[in-house]
Amino acid sequence: MFDDFFTRALIAGIGLAITVGPLGCFVIWRRMAYFGDTMAHSALLGVALSLLLDLNLMLSVFIVAAAVSLLLLLLQKRGALSTDALLGILSHSALSIGLVMVAFMTWVRIDLVGFLFGDILAVSEADIDLVWGGGILVLAAIVYLWRPLLASTVNPELAEAEGLQPERARLYFMLLMALVIAIAMKIVGILLITSLLIIPAATARRFATSPEIMAVLASVIGALAVTGGLFGSLHFDTPSGPSIVVAAMGLFVLSLLPFGRNKNAETAIHSTHGGHH
Amino acid sequence: MLNFHKSDQAPLVSLNNTGIRRNGRWLVRGVEFSIRRGEIVTLIGPNGSGKSTTAKAAIGVLKPDEGWVEKMPGLKVGYVPQKLAIDWTLPLTVERLMTLTGPLKGREIEEALQSTGIAHLARAEVQHLSGGEFQRALLARAIARKPDLLVLDEPVQGVDFSGEIALYDLIKSIRNRTGCGILLISHDLHVVMAETDTVICLNGHVCCRGTPQVVSQSPEYLKLFGSRAAKSLAVYSHDHDHTHLPDGRVLHTDGSITEHCHPDDGHHHGDHAHGDAHEHVHGPDCGCGYKSRLQGYDTKENGRV
Repeated sequence: MFDDFFTRALIAGIGLAITVGPLGCFVIWRRMAYFGDTMAHSALLGVALSLLLDLNLMLSVFIVAAAVSLLLLLLQKRGALSTDALLGILSHSALSIGLVMVAFMTWVRIDLVGFLFGDILAVSEADIDLVWGGGILVLAAIVYLWRPLLASTVNPELAEAEGLQPERARLYFMLLMALVIAIAMKIVGILLITSLLIIPAATARRFATSPEIMAVLASVIGALAVTGGLFGSLHFDTPSGPSIVVAAMGLFVLSLLPFGRNKNAETAIHSTHGGHH
Repeated sequence: MLNFHKSDQAPLVSLNNTGIRRNGRWLVRGVEFSIRRGEIVTLIGPNGSGKSTTAKAAIGVLKPDEGWVEKMPGLKVGYVPQKLAIDWTLPLTVERLMTLTGPLKGREIEEALQSTGIAHLARAEVQHLSGGEFQRALLARAIARKPDLLVLDEPVQGVDFSGEIALYDLIKSIRNRTGCGILLISHDLHVVMAETDTVICLNGHVCCRGTPQVVSQSPEYLKLFGSRAAKSLAVYSHDHDHTHLPDGRVLHTDGSITEHCHPDDGHHHGDHAHGDAHEHVHGPDCGCGYKSRLQGYDTKENGRV
């Protein structure tokens, strides 16, 4: 039953899940879920630009996502609107401009649904190389940046005072996000990328006793979700991207059930205060 | 005790006519001071007087809009910020918090936790600590780095009074033991450390400066805080006359043990005299709150000085 396309999808999907696990943890810790969404939505603008200017698709998506995150940083510094509102404006503007541009380009026909929800069953061997090559690059960068990233997540001023460079870490983090979005777009689709970042990391929180363990667990849980989702998609003939997200959600719900929950996890679940203000 | 030749050393950090402006408003302006090894400088002033801003300028987190800040090359800073919120989604134990900005040996972590009296909380998640315990964890983290300059922005917030005194004792002993410079920010005007070499009173600019005694008598200080504040600007000195034992009973300095402590039970000092001596002894396994606050701070008992 393992058709070749299915094996390829599995290999690519697992590679992606392992890559996004640690990044997803930072998205949660830094409360950047909506930010990730905005970058992901802007990917469609990248798709449109790549078609218009005949650029490499992934490169174009990467550039647009990075540009949108830098634009947000600039707008934040002006401080006219809340980050929330800015994200809402950027996110849907980028998505809509992309859709409008695609509609104007009557000479091209693109599979819009494939971009929005992913088309993992169409991954080629070149895609697998990209996912794993890009993934190794992202993971290596995260390992290298781990301390400044984690320290500036806890407190940027503390990190800066003690000789780490939080601004630089933040910039690299944005670039890594943009890279991951460019890689992930084909597999889970623009609209579902953030869920692959967030849901496995949130599931991992219940069982993690340190940031490092949480990052590894998020990768493992993501890989499980991809595997489960793909098999489900094959079995029930459902779209692959949403099936993966449903599987991830299933694991998250399982993690809420009382059995197999350790003491640490229990206190984490019931802890509602956000630290010390 | 080590002997520090304060004057013939290059300063760890010095601020020269430093000003920070935000949104067209000067938060603080014309600040001048320097900190040398073994020196404790305390910044006091009302809310919004620019204490934290000044400290951030000193450690390079904020760039001055006016004047300049000189740092010793390779200066190692230990920083306890005024506000620190850790999202509960981040699983972080006290032990892991210690190595947040740089690697440490297990022994160094243990020592730092012991000296702040929270060794028993090493494996606790930071989100589950009380305000006072969290401050101790932050202080332990900062001192474990063995910094040249320790910057403490209201390190005793959320700590009860006896714990506050113990923390000030600890800060003093860190200075004596390691010879680092300390920049201390205090909004609590009642307790300014006796060991402070220089108190700088801020209110958008430097109002007055000097030893704690000089500042508390200066007209600018009196104008800013009123004469009542001046009277209560006390050099803390204290004396414990009883100790809480692990089983909840109380050990008095006269050697007797009672079930509870009452001021009129005859075991206490008659006039509650305040000297400089600690007379309490906390057992190593003492489970009471007192232990966690006081154990390990007392320089005399631990022979650290």
